Amino acid sequence: MSRNGLLIDYEYCTGCHSCEVACRNEKNIPREKWGIKLTEVGPWQVEGDKWEWNYIACPTELCDLCGDRVARGEKPACALHCLGQCMEVGPIEELVEKMEAKGKKMALFVP
Amino acid sequence: MKKEWQEQLEDGTRIVRTCGWSPPGDHPAGCGMKLHIKDGKLVKVEGDPEHPISQGRLCVRCLSLPDYVYHPDRITHPMKRVGKHGENKWEQITWDEAWDIIVSKVKHYQKNYGNESIVVFGGTGREACLYYYPLGFSSLQTPNVCYPLSGWSCYGPRCAITDYILGAGYPEIDFAGNFPDRYDNPNYKLPKYIMLWGKMPLASNPDGFYGHSLIDMMKRGTKIILIDPRMNWMATRAEHWCQLRPGTDTALALGLLNVIINENLYDHEFVEQWCYGFDELKERVQEYPVDKVAEITGVSAEKITEVARVFATAKPSAIQWGLAVDENPNGVQLGHAILSIVAITGNLDVPGGLLLGPRAALMGKWRVETRGQMPEELWEKRIGAKEWPALANALATTHPDETLDTLETGKPYELKMGWFNSTQPITATNTAAPQRWHKALQKLEFNVVQDLFMTPTAQAFGDIFLPLPTFAEHDGVVLTHFGRNSIFLGAMNKAFTVGECKSDIEVCIELGRRLYPEHWPWKTAEEFFTDQLKPELGISFDDLRHEGLYQPPREYYKYKTGKLREDGEPGFSTVTGLVELKSTLFEQWGDDPLPYYKEPPYSPVSTPELAKEYPLILTTGARKFTSFHSEHRQIEALRDIDPDPMMEINPDTAEKLGIREGDWVMIENQFGKAREKAHLQNGMRPDVVHATHGWWFPERDKGEEAEEPNLYGVWDANINTLIPHKHIGKLGFGAPFKSILCKVYKAEDQSSTKCKPKQMKYQD
Repeated sequence: MSRNGLLIDYEYCTGCHSCEVACRNEKNIPREKWGIKLTEVGPWQVEGDKWEWNYIACPTELCDLCGDRVARGEKPACALHCLGQCMEVGPIEELVEKMEAKGKKMALFVP
Repeated sequence: MKKEWQEQLEDGTRIVRTCGWSPPGDHPAGCGMKLHIKDGKLVKVEGDPEHPISQGRLCVRCLSLPDYVYHPDRITHPMKRVGKHGENKWEQITWDEAWDIIVSKVKHYQKNYGNESIVVFGGTGREACLYYYPLGFSSLQTPNVCYPLSGWSCYGPRCAITDYILGAGYPEIDFAGNFPDRYDNPNYKLPKYIMLWGKMPLASNPDGFYGHSLIDMMKRGTKIILIDPRMNWMATRAEHWCQLRPGTDTALALGLLNVIINENLYDHEFVEQWCYGFDELKERVQEYPVDKVAEITGVSAEKITEVARVFATAKPSAIQWGLAVDENPNGVQLGHAILSIVAITGNLDVPGGLLLGPRAALMGKWRVETRGQMPEELWEKRIGAKEWPALANALATTHPDETLDTLETGKPYELKMGWFNSTQPITATNTAAPQRWHKALQKLEFNVVQDLFMTPTAQAFGDIFLPLPTFAEHDGVVLTHFGRNSIFLGAMNKAFTVGECKSDIEVCIELGRRLYPEHWPWKTAEEFFTDQLKPELGISFDDLRHEGLYQPPREYYKYKTGKLREDGEPGFSTVTGLVELKSTLFEQWGDDPLPYYKEPPYSPVSTPELAKEYPLILTTGARKFTSFHSEHRQIEALRDIDPDPMMEINPDTAEKLGIREGDWVMIENQFGKAREKAHLQNGMRPDVVHATHGWWFPERDKGEEAEEPNLYGVWDANINTLIPHKHIGKLGFGAPFKSILCKVYKAEDQSSTKCKPKQMKYQD
């Protein structure tokens, strides 16, 4: 079996911070550290009515992709609570296929 | 959902399924979650993937519920004041003692000053919204229940407009919420366009609409048209964005109607069969050609035309109207125009369109009937009811602005006792001119406060503090849209106990049984809820627990089947039986029967001289994920994300004013001022700033900081002090919370507002 990764469809990440707090709760991570952290790019004008404004959550060294939850058949804490439902953990090959199929605003992390 | 609402794990953890409301959290979104209880304590909250709407998703407010439940400042026993109002001197008492004091005071004021000398104040969105009415009408038998926000500027105006124009319950976009199989249901159609008008549901879950349903629909292909003066994330995902000048919305709506009607893009069949006053509306919109509207709103004529064409020709589509309709003295006309757009494009009550609620609110019968318990002559003393019939006919409360006038003048009578349930009239949330309310409320002799923390309001006025439980600590029912167009009704299950808190309904019952036992046959909340559920749905509260939630069936085209009218005839429950594009009642109450545009009371156009001193337009009230209005300010995990009150400003404007990112700034006008932190935001209009509301600083509680006149820093970032009293519309609705003039300058005091956060009890 191949390694798992974390796929984020950041077209639909609304910057809600649920992943950060859910991860902190799940892993008992103290305030000064992070299991996953939101980053922000924008807003700035691309041209005309087109604007760039993306939130992308970056997993850290402390992220183990919720191996124990996934083994129990549950979603990782971040993916379950994500309001935009734009996070997914799975085998890297499958996630790459999904990235290609959608074709834009996708990020794959192997923390 | 599974039938088991509780389960026990091997390690002794008990898991209780529930649907949330506030306190603490949100409007009645009823998000599904699983509460993990160990040794009687809440240790973890997980989203419930079985919940058909939230599907496991959970926002940071519920994810940090344990921090709220066990916060060291939380009050979990009744207290009485042992000093003067505004002094932080309190003593713990028993519930019996609290009831004895309250009952004797109530009887004293009733006997000497009349029942009407007692006024109940309610707040926004919490579960209390269902119970502070019967608390006043039935448990206390006073006609004066007050929602103190100037012009009743939240939800009430939209409900009233819908009543008068459509004769229906609250209109909501179709997000397949009633179907267990949701978007896959064969009767459902996806909206092609959703026009979000002065609304950002992602953070606010307004009235129980699950905000991220918009994302669900966008992923499936729905496109967004955003009408908003403020830059927000949705603006970058919208297909069209009309960034209008704040407060000019009604002109824009009339401009869209102009294009839709003149270009013959409307639904002729619907208009001929179901609308009243089309010819008059057609004549009226000739006064709003797109060039003129472009000049008023700042949205280009091309964009107005394009948006009108796109919306009118893509079916089904819907408009989701927001708080910007309420917080505008010209808002009745805006709401009227928005409903007219939806109606004449044939999008009312169709799959994927704008759904109408049934006439009677779900579980609303008892609440309405409690009003009838008072003698007519007492009911007629309701403050402001005679002066403002359009408000008084649709809403059972006093008129908010008249209530302040009554407090200040003692006319038509003196108010003596107040009851504050889940409301903070002096924090920048639930009043305009909170500095005036503060002074006026000091005249009340005796006050009861129901809340979970000591608040500026409780500290300033409270004599008895009754502790509320969180939604996780009591039995209850959550229903979206407060029952006026419910997607579902969910069970709130008591999972554990903290201290001696009593829920809203428990307090109503216990007080009612002491004062008016003939109206209060129930002994427990469960008994009460079973009595409410049985006649309408045929289920007991225990049944609801096991079901988890109940989704009433969705009926479309109710105007064709007679389901909107009491007499069962087809049509709408209005004076004419039709959609009133021209309103019979507005005319009767002395207003124009057709929508019209009126400039905001203070704007660069209506007050150009004043605009020289106050050149920026202030808009307020946009929500964050990390708080529910003034709730959650003491929660460390949430303050870490949003530590300070923020003002958004265009970077070029900021540069001209010498303001840099993170500078503390003063926002000021002729009415008041507030200190917030500047955030330079690309995409903001150069002439507009937005400031967050609901700020106070619970961590400032040492000595005098907690007391008058400081009250936890309630005046430091109090943006509502800039909003004037009683600048309301002709029918009594709407106030300029979203369009007022101001100036902004760098503050002398650059010190941070935040002190060291407190540690949680359960970690001690």
